[in-house]
Amino acid sequence: MSKIISVIDYGMGNLRSVSKAVEHVVEPGDRVYVTDDPDLILSADRVVFPGQGAARDCMAAISDHQLNRAVLEAARTKPFLGICMGLQVLMGFSEENGGTKLLGLLEGDVRRFSNGMESAGLRLKIPQMGWNQVHQRGDHPLWKGIPQASRFYFVHSYFVVPKDRDLVAGTTEYGVTFASAVARGNLFATQFHPEKSADVGLKLLENFVRWDV
Amino acid sequence: MLSKRIIPCLDVDAGRVVKGVRFVDIRDAGDPVEVARRYNEEGADEITFLDITASSDDRDTIVHVVEQVAGEVFIPLTVGGGIRSVDDVRRMLNAGADKVAINTAAVFNPEFVRQATEKFGSQCIVVAIDAKQVSAQGESLKWEIFTHGGRKPTGLDAVAWARKMAGYGAGEILLTSMDRDGTRIGFDLALTRAICEAVDIPVIASGGVGNLQHLVDGVVEGMADAVLAASIFHFAEYSIGEAKRYMAERGVEVRL
Repeated sequence: MSKIISVIDYGMGNLRSVSKAVEHVVEPGDRVYVTDDPDLILSADRVVFPGQGAARDCMAAISDHQLNRAVLEAARTKPFLGICMGLQVLMGFSEENGGTKLLGLLEGDVRRFSNGMESAGLRLKIPQMGWNQVHQRGDHPLWKGIPQASRFYFVHSYFVVPKDRDLVAGTTEYGVTFASAVARGNLFATQFHPEKSADVGLKLLENFVRWDV
Repeated sequence: MLSKRIIPCLDVDAGRVVKGVRFVDIRDAGDPVEVARRYNEEGADEITFLDITASSDDRDTIVHVVEQVAGEVFIPLTVGGGIRSVDDVRRMLNAGADKVAINTAAVFNPEFVRQATEKFGSQCIVVAIDAKQVSAQGESLKWEIFTHGGRKPTGLDAVAWARKMAGYGAGEILLTSMDRDGTRIGFDLALTRAICEAVDIPVIASGGVGNLQHLVDGVVEGMADAVLAASIFHFAEYSIGEAKRYMAERGVEVRL
């Protein structure tokens, strides 16, 4: 049966990359909308929630587009994929911008990488920019066909710390070991960018499009 | 562990790849979409397009190139060359670029870098620095920023400039040694290391790659986070896969 996939557009970041990659993996008949219309988000079969930029700006943009309720509702009720800031804003609180209250769907904080972190004697740059390994925890349907410890593309200075460690679906090392993927029921969210992660990223998106919660 | 990135660079003139691309089994070596697809298949970590179109009539062609590539190549894409305004940045991002590289416009109007990072986020703003050594032999090393393909000095110290651009919010620095560009004798490692040590943001080394050992030197001695090369990949002397295997054998963390 054909599906409608809505990519939430709240003016933060490059949605074209996300929608193009999703269009690349959908099944014939599926439709992909890039939208800020709460009705189109709530009536979609699946929702992708991307985002780039600062926490405060993202929260302001979600609020300006009157999307708080639609995002939370979709994240509770249908296959929902958060990407990058679309993961972070689901948490309770971020250290960014002197402290920013977030949507609070998941308990936990968003923290910044510490300055002066080292790995094998070399200083780690912030943001983390590039391809790093994701260690899958458990066999979530979205990991299907993706080899353990595959490299995905990251660009970020902050990372999530969910209070409930059982929500951690994948971890990555960058000075610290952090949650690079989080899952709960119908929700899956990644710190990395599957839409920019070549074959393994497309595989994850394909798994999402076909995911039966 | 985060891997070091290998970034092939394509010079695009009026929508066509120039400087000769000689892949053996490619139908049209001048088609940027086909070349980008090939690099992606070989395992490139990102692709950079440098728009060198001189005629303003043809300047939109790069937008179409980016649109087409972004529709089928799902790795980060950077576009540089002629990015002068917030509108230029927006146009490239909307076309599907993930980052834009700002070069000359940053030198003449540093505030533009701040505006662009505030508007679109640091993650998509790369500042391209073209530097030349200006210290004489025996003096302590010093490099200066040059514009217009290395012809015009600016009086700006390269290390201080890199720090300033990082402070303005640049997410990354694309560092080209104008002394080495096109020489194929290797990166200016002292310059690369000086810039890498001066800033906390990632640095891409560029200019001078002639063999695979140069790539290793760039990340090991130069301490670069990524290496960019054009000719060694264009002429199919080496594939990206060969480059990565060579680097991995010498202890460099790469995505294979």
